[in-house]
Amino acid sequence: MAGNNPNSKPMNLTLKVWRQKNTKATGRLETYQVKDISPEMSFLEMLDVLNEDLLRSGQDPIAFDHDCREGICGMCSLYINGRAHGPERGTTTCQLHMRKFADGDTITIEPWRATPFPILKDLAVDRSALDRIQQAGGYISVNTGGVPDANEIPIPKSIADKAFDAATCIQCGACVAACKNGSAMLFTSAKVSQLAMLPQGKVERKTRVENMVAQMDIEGFGSCTNIGSCAAECPVGISLENIAMLNREFISAKLTSENL
Amino acid sequence: MSWFTKTFTSTIGRKVLVSVTGLFLCSFLVVHLVGNLQLFNETGDAFNIYSHFMATNPIIRTMEIVLVLGFGFHIYEALVLTRRNQNVRKVDYAYNRPEDNSNWSSRNMGLLGTVILVFLIIHLYNFFWRARFGEPNLIPIEGTEYDDLYSVVVQSFHLWWYVLIYVLGQIALGFHLYHGFQSAFQTLGLNHKKYTPFIQKFGAFFSIVVPAGFASMPLYFFIKDVVL
Repeated sequence: MAGNNPNSKPMNLTLKVWRQKNTKATGRLETYQVKDISPEMSFLEMLDVLNEDLLRSGQDPIAFDHDCREGICGMCSLYINGRAHGPERGTTTCQLHMRKFADGDTITIEPWRATPFPILKDLAVDRSALDRIQQAGGYISVNTGGVPDANEIPIPKSIADKAFDAATCIQCGACVAACKNGSAMLFTSAKVSQLAMLPQGKVERKTRVENMVAQMDIEGFGSCTNIGSCAAECPVGISLENIAMLNREFISAKLTSENL
Repeated sequence: MSWFTKTFTSTIGRKVLVSVTGLFLCSFLVVHLVGNLQLFNETGDAFNIYSHFMATNPIIRTMEIVLVLGFGFHIYEALVLTRRNQNVRKVDYAYNRPEDNSNWSSRNMGLLGTVILVFLIIHLYNFFWRARFGEPNLIPIEGTEYDDLYSVVVQSFHLWWYVLIYVLGQIALGFHLYHGFQSAFQTLGLNHKKYTPFIQKFGAFFSIVVPAGFASMPLYFFIKDVVL
């Protein structure tokens, strides 16, 4: 199954994949061999090939999350060879290509591991804890109405850029998976600072940060110790400056908000 | 829960306490280091007068209580957070490469802190306890009798294993500060492209100079009196 490129040499790989029947079952790593993998394939396409083989031989295919396969939706996950979204920086698993591996490699594939992300099956985890943090305050309640005129609300370019950078978070959960403490601070900080920087977000600014941090703690995520592995593994490059901003927002909200 | 309790039992609130107490302890390290430089005064009089002042001055004695509270909060809050964090990943990764995305010292603050705590207990038992509750020899300096703590310190630093404990304790402190100093500012939300690079560089400088300064004292007396 070599790709279109006549120069690419098909690869044979050994995969160690985490198999787990359901949330309560005990999982373990199973070893599989995949043959004739094109270097042009994405990592998920390689898993598709393996799943087709498993189906043909009457075995249960491996469950893994995926959707757009264009690196924009945040649905894919996977802890590949000890790294969230695999060894390549700034890339989601769906955009990771097999040319980053060598023929004969052994690849270990595990799900995101954190108590707030229970394993549903095999490599698929439930990340709705992040949705609940978002629901706790990651919105603005302004009248959306019609489309406003451009530049009706003046926002300095540098602020707009920073808010946009924070808004690129795709909620994939790699930050939690990579963090030694299983902390969701990078995710929460991106959502909080995106809205705190923009005029539309100022209305609920203090209540938002208080509620989102409270929800983050309720969900059972760990605390941030500024290790930095989250930002290093983030596929869209959310920076640690956002965590500093979250801390700043939280401290000032706690000191000045009306919420007792 | 009141807003106050909610703030300081949240993960960020607890971390703010770790950070504030950590920076306070950094300021203590500077005072302690500068004061102890008087050990290098050969006669020992300067050090004995200084330690007498530290043991009797009411402001210093009050700060001593604040210092104990600082250590207490720093250790307690860090312990609570560490235990929470250890529970977040009940099943560990079979294959993990954290060294690809983070520093060793950042990931091992609890271990480093524990080494420092063990060192601190040995250190306090040997010097603080003996200075305050023991009965060192008295030495006359300009007509007044002082406890001769200088000799206690110098004699301790003639023991090779004691010097080794001190040097290891300071190495752990160095790594702890290398992460901790700059991390404290990040936790307080103080991150800005104008001054964060300076904080990081100064933190690295601080984490080398302060432990090296402390380690120089046992090494000086051991090398001067035992090796040479």
